[in-house]
Amino acid sequence: MEDRAGVVDEFRIAVDGVYLSRAGRPVFQGLSCGFVQGQITVILGESGVGKSTLLRLIGGLTRPDSGAVRVAGEDVARLRHADLYRLRDRIGMLFQYGALLDSMTVAENVALPLREHTDRSEADVSAEVDRRLAAVGLSDVGSLYPRELSGGMTRRVALARALVTDPEIVLCDEPFSGLDPLNVRRIEKLLVGLNRELGLTMLVASHHLASSMRMAHRIVFLTDGRAVTAAPEDLARSGEPAIVEFLDAERGAEGPADRSGA
Amino acid sequence: MQPSPVRDFLVGLFVLAGLGALAYLTFQVGGLSWRGNGGLTVYAAFDDVGGLKQRSPVSISGVKVGEVSGVELDELLRARVVLELDGTLEVPADSAARILTSGVLGDQFVALEPGAEDDILQSGDEIELTESALSIERLIGRFVNDAGLKEE
Amino acid sequence: MRGVIERIGLRALEAVSELGRMGVFVGGFVRAGVLPRYRVRRFMDELFDVGVLSLAIICLSGLTVGAVLALQGYYNLARFGAEGSLGAVVGLVLVRELGPVLTALLVTGRAASAMAAQIATMVTTEQLDGLRMMSVDPLDFVISPKALAMAVAMPLLNALFIVFAIFGGYVVGVSYLGLDAGQYWTSLEGAIVFAQDIAGSVLKSVVFGILIAIIATYRGYTAEPTAAGVSAATTGTVVTGSVAVLVFDYAITALWGV
Repeated sequence: MEDRAGVVDEFRIAVDGVYLSRAGRPVFQGLSCGFVQGQITVILGESGVGKSTLLRLIGGLTRPDSGAVRVAGEDVARLRHADLYRLRDRIGMLFQYGALLDSMTVAENVALPLREHTDRSEADVSAEVDRRLAAVGLSDVGSLYPRELSGGMTRRVALARALVTDPEIVLCDEPFSGLDPLNVRRIEKLLVGLNRELGLTMLVASHHLASSMRMAHRIVFLTDGRAVTAAPEDLARSGEPAIVEFLDAERGAEGPADRSGA
Repeated sequence: MQPSPVRDFLVGLFVLAGLGALAYLTFQVGGLSWRGNGGLTVYAAFDDVGGLKQRSPVSISGVKVGEVSGVELDELLRARVVLELDGTLEVPADSAARILTSGVLGDQFVALEPGAEDDILQSGDEIELTESALSIERLIGRFVNDAGLKEE
Repeated sequence: MRGVIERIGLRALEAVSELGRMGVFVGGFVRAGVLPRYRVRRFMDELFDVGVLSLAIICLSGLTVGAVLALQGYYNLARFGAEGSLGAVVGLVLVRELGPVLTALLVTGRAASAMAAQIATMVTTEQLDGLRMMSVDPLDFVISPKALAMAVAMPLLNALFIVFAIFGGYVVGVSYLGLDAGQYWTSLEGAIVFAQDIAGSVLKSVVFGILIAIIATYRGYTAEPTAAGVSAATTGTVVTGSVAVLVFDYAITALWGV
């Protein structure tokens, strides 16, 4: 499967001919890819290839040198401050290490978007926070500070916070990195469940092959400043040398459990 | 942060202490009360103000009661000095103003010598009796002159 | 030779564009801070960090500086038989110069560097990005209350420093050196005038507070998201802040005759 430059209308999120350099080094050279509404798309690739950067482009945290980044029809790269912030109401982002505010408790962290953007009463907010924390399997941690949580718990709290205003798009930056298999499964189940129940459009940047293959409706593989898009089953058959190399290496690391096709 | 009554109390204490220190410096040390008491502004014209300048003290019987707030030339080309005094004072209208020197080589100040009238000075009044600053040059000149005259 | 000139020129251009970026930054949080989303709670917390936590060093330094001033002043004034003016000398030096400048330098070293480090760490741990993705402007939520707290705390700390220093001078001058207490206070109060001296002192400390607030928050906000970046932001704040205070002190003193 090839990247589909130019066909940008049917995608909820579309990256169109983006060039980006960092410190003189090119990161994206004419990157084009699309993300379908309601699907889980995993952004795959080796470390440092630009998966997090792609998410940041979509969230408007980084501007490309040239090209367009369209989210729900609006070019994020060209939005004014106020409009960008308005658009972000519809996006939730789960950062690699949670990015919870360390000066506030878990409950205050999850409540923050509600307190800032809605007029709901304190009792209402409190109840909502409890609900959301319970939904990620964490019910008694409200009064703890982020530094008192384990990595897995931090991620789940961050997920609760990202979802608390019911966004339609969720960006996840390496949600599985550094976690034990049990927590990986937990989070994977949460994400898949949310997608099924709520039809959320999810973009997951990851280099964890096994869960990616299980979760993804589509895979966007980043290599050499470009993107190759395919369904998970078709990835091995794509013939792209970088992909083959990647799959072999990852399979070697994770064990021979997931061989698909020759 | 969890709302902590202790922290808030300390912040309040800090602000109060700071404002208190500021108030102390302003009123007690800085003497802001001159204007605050509804200051008494009077004028006095001199032939020679010597080294008198803005903020030079004004005193009565050796006690500081105000300051010089300005020196200008009037139509007769005499020096007109503006005196800002403590508003609670009752100074007789026929008082005299002399420019004296503090010590031998010190700063110059205005000394008010109270008169005998019942009427007191109001803001805007003029002090009629004034004695200019003594200058060393004139003193020596007079002494030399007198000495010279004697010999003749 | 040409290479040296080129480098100097490039540095000058860099400095100017840095000033421009700073201007945009200040514009950002002024705009954010003026909006009606006034977060009293966070402001109080920041005021605690800048003000209350600096009290110990400010008061202690005040006492010792006042004491040293009294010692030095006494010995030097005694040579001219003018020990009676000790109160005036201590007071004037403190109010006009040492109070605002030393307070600003002490605060720069303690509170401002901590502030820069805090903000820089938040950049490194993606907390500011997290806020942005929740549609919360970090300039409004994080930077504004910190900067405001710094600007408000500075004149208060200055006043406390001066008061403690005057007291320190009193203890040394009167109790230790045997000066007459009444003379100390009279000469002090006689020499200091609100308009020129106290108001000027407050003006200086307000200016320094705003200056350091901008430098500390800017350095933290624009830090590289690495441990080295946090460290650079911290030391940079202390260096730039200290130099700025001294330069502005000269400028204000020269322009206002304070």
